[in-house]
Amino acid sequence: MADILQLLVAGLATGGIYALVAVGFTLLWQTSQTINFAQGEFVMLPAFFVLIGMSYFGLPFWPAVALGGVVSVVVLGLAFKRLMVDPMIRHGVLPLVIATIGLAILMKEAVREFYGADAWPFPALGATTDVTVFGAVFDVQSLLILAICIAVVVALQLFLGGTVTGRCMQATAQNPTVARLLGIRVERMILYTFLINAALVWVASLLITPIYLAKFTNGEWLGLYAFIAAIIGGFNQARGAIAGGLLLGVVDNFAAAYISSQYRTAIPLLILIVVILFRPQGMFGRIEERTV
Amino acid sequence: MRRSKFVLAFATLMLLSGAAAADVKFAYVGEISGSIAVSGGNFRDGAVLAVEEVNAKGGILKQKIVLTLYDTQTNPGVARSQMQKAIDGEPYVILGPIFSGNVKVTMQMVQQAEIPDFIGGEAAELTTLGSTYLFRTSFGQQIGMPKIANYIRDELKAKTIALIWVNNDFGKGGRDKLIKELTARNIKLVADVSTESGQVDFAADVVKLKAANADAVFVYSNEEECARIMREARKQGLKGPFVGDTTLLSQKTIELAADAANGVVGHVGLTADAPIPAVAAFAARFQKRFNYKPDHNGIKGYTAVYAVKFVTEKKLGKFDRKGLAKTMHGLTITPQDEPGILMETTWDNAGEIDRISFLAEVVNGKQNISKVLPKLGK
Amino acid sequence: MRRSRSVLAGGVLALAAAFLVFAPLGLKPYGIFILSMWAVMTIAAIGLNLTLGYAGQISLAQAAFVGIGAYITAYLTTKGWPFWSTYLFGGASCFAIGWLLGYPALRVQHHYLAFVTLAFNTLVYLIFRNEEWLTGGIYGISNVPRPSVLGWSMNGAREFYYFCLAHLALVSAATWWLTRSPWGLAFVALRENPIRALSLGVDTRRYTLMAFALGAGLGGISGALYAPLVQFIDPTPFALGLSLNLLLMVVLGGSGYFFGPFLGAIVAVLLPEWLRFTQGFYLMGYAVLVMIMMAFSPGGLLGLADRLTRPAPRTGTGAVAGSPEAARSEGAG
Repeated sequence: MADILQLLVAGLATGGIYALVAVGFTLLWQTSQTINFAQGEFVMLPAFFVLIGMSYFGLPFWPAVALGGVVSVVVLGLAFKRLMVDPMIRHGVLPLVIATIGLAILMKEAVREFYGADAWPFPALGATTDVTVFGAVFDVQSLLILAICIAVVVALQLFLGGTVTGRCMQATAQNPTVARLLGIRVERMILYTFLINAALVWVASLLITPIYLAKFTNGEWLGLYAFIAAIIGGFNQARGAIAGGLLLGVVDNFAAAYISSQYRTAIPLLILIVVILFRPQGMFGRIEERTV
Repeated sequence: MRRSKFVLAFATLMLLSGAAAADVKFAYVGEISGSIAVSGGNFRDGAVLAVEEVNAKGGILKQKIVLTLYDTQTNPGVARSQMQKAIDGEPYVILGPIFSGNVKVTMQMVQQAEIPDFIGGEAAELTTLGSTYLFRTSFGQQIGMPKIANYIRDELKAKTIALIWVNNDFGKGGRDKLIKELTARNIKLVADVSTESGQVDFAADVVKLKAANADAVFVYSNEEECARIMREARKQGLKGPFVGDTTLLSQKTIELAADAANGVVGHVGLTADAPIPAVAAFAARFQKRFNYKPDHNGIKGYTAVYAVKFVTEKKLGKFDRKGLAKTMHGLTITPQDEPGILMETTWDNAGEIDRISFLAEVVNGKQNISKVLPKLGK
Repeated sequence: MRRSRSVLAGGVLALAAAFLVFAPLGLKPYGIFILSMWAVMTIAAIGLNLTLGYAGQISLAQAAFVGIGAYITAYLTTKGWPFWSTYLFGGASCFAIGWLLGYPALRVQHHYLAFVTLAFNTLVYLIFRNEEWLTGGIYGISNVPRPSVLGWSMNGAREFYYFCLAHLALVSAATWWLTRSPWGLAFVALRENPIRALSLGVDTRRYTLMAFALGAGLGGISGALYAPLVQFIDPTPFALGLSLNLLLMVVLGGSGYFFGPFLGAIVAVLLPEWLRFTQGFYLMGYAVLVMIMMAFSPGGLLGLADRLTRPAPRTGTGAVAGSPEAARSEGAG
């Protein structure tokens, strides 16, 4: 019993991080038809911004974190949109996909080349102690991660549903043409989604790097799991991405513990295939209409 | 940090600038980038240090060594093409690869070209595939595992073992060998958990280890994963003792796992912390030259170059690849013969190596040697 | 103007062909090995070009098919089977698997197909790695022999290179014929406007599936050559990285252009070797090249060449033979 609880909490914690990354991914797709194959690397990078802040500029941890956040939003949000997405989106989806694959390679190799190929320790956000409940040992880290993810997601939902800007963003996602007609500044809304995505990956990076250690290869599997979470949950609904992420984290952990460990990574992939073939809109998504 | 890159460029320039018509060519075909870039980098730097030292004293038979580097990117396809390129350059000897998969893919070529190859790979099967030009620079798993199995049986007195291992040819080879040795000593394997190379999340795996409730837990993976496993194990309160071989106790693992590494024990074939003055001196020189502490791969690269120097100068008197390979089989080099060999080393007819090794424990963030294990051959 | 463009294209082709035939005489084994690798990868890229460039389907599974072909050949030839049978078997198996995979998978939209094929690729890799009884698992299959043709051994680097080159020529000829045939035009119709194609009575399902399966089959043939080239097969090369690399090759060269894969494979296989002195920077340069190319010329290198050499618009399209425009103008008739 204790084991199951432990696996559940660990799964939810990792799942929460997948959810954060998947939500950002989904937002980008919804508003600007951008499939960002570099999303995993986007999560890998902010931790290095923080590390550079600490080692090169000698900043203490929290100011470095803030610096990391600012740099992330500027580079992964603003620069990404202006320099990459805007010029390419008019050519269609595929060139942008290819370009983001290139971007992923560039980010990985740049970190490896200019920072190093090793793994570096990264300070945790909170205490690294344990708490024992019902005989199961939970570490405060996992609970903290879960709490932060939930808080961020709730805040995002409130923003999207409760504020004028948020609702404008939703309108842009649902139908950009009509939104434009209604006087919504569509370009600005799209920019906001990129900035929000950059902030989300920054948070995800801070949560996950203490466990994963800062390494240039961190983005590989993380990106894939984020895509799977987004698709399982529903590619065109933020709610779906959240559910997909949590579900994926839990299923992955339980599958690894109770089914073959050699085929551990196969389980999420099989779920992905089944979902795409039989319910492509995911658990919560709307069926995408075909544009003729 | 990329200091080693500038250092490398400098070293290469230095070596190249001294290149004259009468130079002996060494080729390093190893993992400079890719997933085991750290190990490949260490091996290379050990070799570079040795080459610089030898050249400073006049080279081998009055010829300076020119070391050319080829990067396999830890990828067998690339390894093959790079090895071909290296062979085209007609080197006297080849150093590396370290990644066992890369050794396998290039073995045939090296054999056909009849160039002695000092590899860093530790997978057990490498010396069983019939090559007469392959020489190890550290134990194969078939030498290390019996030693540690004895330790488990005699010192830990464990009757059951839970094993967690990385699913590549290094990890699987070690696992297969270990299981064989444990079975021969009537020790039961109660958990057999495989993990992915580069895996980051070990929560589920540690749960499985806990459920097995074994007398001891054997951890056999790469440095980073060992660190992550240990952290997760401590987090979940998995009780030890934790045993490993080399990687679990290496400097990098200790650095990354911090407190979680304290208390692990294991067999260490080569270590910069060995209680041997020559090794400590080497480690100091390495640290001074490259600004970081060497791991066992650094020692491998270093001793390989000196082995070649010794045999060529003292046994052959000329540059003769075939002769070198023949002489190496069954040869023992002592530090009295050649200080650069650091510890007495014997090669058998398959290129397998025999040396003393150590039992170590991690105490307060440092690797402490607790026992010296004799050579198997003694 | 049109004639001079064709003359230019023809001249380039002739030079390239001459280089391919005569270069090995002056190259060391390393250079010959790299050229052979280029030829083998081009075959896989041609397959992917059929799927992506002509039929418009994003497939990230090509590496899996190369792997299946390679393992079949390695397994059978090390057991003594003759080579020609293994690659027929490999190619046919991959065609069949491609058909079976495509049947359900092609019902979904493009970006979903990318993920399904991605998942398939990773699953196949896991099978390669875990099923030791069949594939040798992580230890792989060593000492894959090179074939002999009519008693002539292909063991030497040069001989095997010409063997690969011959296969490339065969595959190219077959693909050229295919794209000129009614099937090829149907593929293009699918890519340009599937709904219109449907309305014209083209069985889009069948043709898409055919393109996908053919692409897979060519991947299998490429793998069947890869095994004796490298002579050691393990799961590592057939992971997702190769699929992405092949995709990049096709797009960089010019997706939908006949010679796109050739050019793309040059960039992906030969360029890294020439640029190896830059070490880590080469990969970054490659990535930047890809991104710039996508921003300014999504039609790849050949698309760029097309635009640069295109004459001022007059009567006639001035399209280069083998380009999407030529096929389009032929097909619209």
